[in-house]
Amino acid sequence: MVSPQDAIPQIAIEVSGLAKRFGEVQAVAGVDFQVREGELFGFLGPNGAGKTTTINMLIGLARPDSGTIRIAGIDCSANPKAAQHLMGVVPDESNLYPELTGFENLCFCGALYGMSRQDRETRARELLGRFGLAGAGGRKFGGYSRGMKRKLTIAAGIIHSPPILFLDEPTTGIDVASARQIRQLIADLNRDGTTIFLTTHYIEEAERLCSRIAFIVKGRIVRIDAVEDLMRQADGRYVVQFAVSDHAAVLCEAMAAGFPGLRCQELAGGLVSVESSSPVHIGPLVRLFEERGAEVFEARRVRPSLEDVFVQVTGIEAAAMKQEKERAKAGAGS
Amino acid sequence: MKAWTAFSSILAKDMRAYYLKPPNISWGLIFPLAWTGMLFVRSGAGLDSIRALLPGVMAVSVLFGTTSMLAVTVTFEKTGRSFERLLLAPISLELLMLAKSAGAILFGVANAFVPVVIAAFLADLSGVNWLILLLAVLLIAVSSTFLGLFIAVSVTQVFEAQTFSNFFRFPMLFLCGLFAPLAQLPAWVRPVSYLLPLTYGADALHASIVGGGSIPVALDFALLAAFCAGLFAVSLRNIRRKWIL
Repeated sequence: MVSPQDAIPQIAIEVSGLAKRFGEVQAVAGVDFQVREGELFGFLGPNGAGKTTTINMLIGLARPDSGTIRIAGIDCSANPKAAQHLMGVVPDESNLYPELTGFENLCFCGALYGMSRQDRETRARELLGRFGLAGAGGRKFGGYSRGMKRKLTIAAGIIHSPPILFLDEPTTGIDVASARQIRQLIADLNRDGTTIFLTTHYIEEAERLCSRIAFIVKGRIVRIDAVEDLMRQADGRYVVQFAVSDHAAVLCEAMAAGFPGLRCQELAGGLVSVESSSPVHIGPLVRLFEERGAEVFEARRVRPSLEDVFVQVTGIEAAAMKQEKERAKAGAGS
Repeated sequence: MKAWTAFSSILAKDMRAYYLKPPNISWGLIFPLAWTGMLFVRSGAGLDSIRALLPGVMAVSVLFGTTSMLAVTVTFEKTGRSFERLLLAPISLELLMLAKSAGAILFGVANAFVPVVIAAFLADLSGVNWLILLLAVLLIAVSSTFLGLFIAVSVTQVFEAQTFSNFFRFPMLFLCGLFAPLAQLPAWVRPVSYLLPLTYGADALHASIVGGGSIPVALDFALLAAFCAGLFAVSLRNIRRKWIL
């Protein structure tokens, strides 16, 4: 007897030449990637880049025009239901049944995967406790807060303990505390061996959680790499921030005159940012500041963020993308 | 066994969430009562007319109890995206849609027996062929439910589901020989009647309760079964084409 866990080979998700067109729009144009077993794989891109269409094809809600998808070695075109048995899906909307309680929703989702009554009730109680919803299990889902709905939707996605989990925007539009808790739960799930395919508009979330990331733009993968490698390639930029007592504008002027290779920028809160294409030597700068009558409290290297890489790769401001998504979510929720 | 677990859970969830809600139970009771009362008063023939009216009232009760219910519940779940959850479950589409339809079928069958219970107190129902009646009710419920499924796949909004249901249902009240024999319809309308499944269901009910249907009962059942299979197959094809893009 081979359990779903045992059946998973080294590659959990394998996508090759995936393409999908809607009328005149080529939503996905020849996407290739692999997600290794146990990996937390980020799938990032601006709105309309083809993320949702790709996910829909992976989970079986859309048919590719061409290309192949293998989930744990199973050809999804030939045997979609066998593949669906191995995956959990958390959509970008909390789509459980408002008229059922939290506990009933989880039990219902377990039943869809053929779990026995005892197994699904035990697992539902365990998940309600793990997600901090034990006290709300008897309340109807329709009365939950947005954060609670999100948590229960994730719990429903893993009720059958799937080895592969698709998470679409798990923390968009919810309060900070819930988002933080959900991030921790995602990390825990991954640590316990679940392969996770994550899409998010929060770049810092992807940076913190994912081991590898693919950027998709206009239906094509433009970059796919380990997070450290993506960051290393952005390391050609060196940024040092100084916390100074006063005269930040004057200091920038003096620096421009004394160190023409450095770019200086005055930031809010008494901060001065210094950027260079080579390592910044702090000593001469501190001396210059002190000569100009300023006291230097702190100097620290600022590493480029994944957001910088995202902007570089996609040409789209991550903050604008995040705001747009949150506006859309708030509009849908109101 | 796993498939049965999923099937029974979908059915139980739909019964709890939709069909056993007080408004639907009251609709299921009031609607047949209203039809019985209206036609009873209209006929003016006293209690003797009850048995003659019963096939039509039963057919109407099933038709109105099934079509819009399934169309509305499926469209509601599609709009809220909870239907995606069902499409992602590792069960075949055929089993999934049968599970979704089963609740409406049971609700329709239960609706059909409301006027039977009333009639049992008011008229002599001896001589009714209960086996034919039960089969006729079941096949009307299945064909009407699958008509509702066909409607659900054709619309995107709940109000469209209601409107589209009525587009089919109200003409069927007059075209299917429910309260007047088909022979009384204009000759040019009759071919349309024979294209509607309820015509055969009403005829079989008439044969079981009053006797002397215009079509052999076996043929009624065969044609009803063909309508059921055809509507289900077309609905599944449309779901695969429209909902799994």
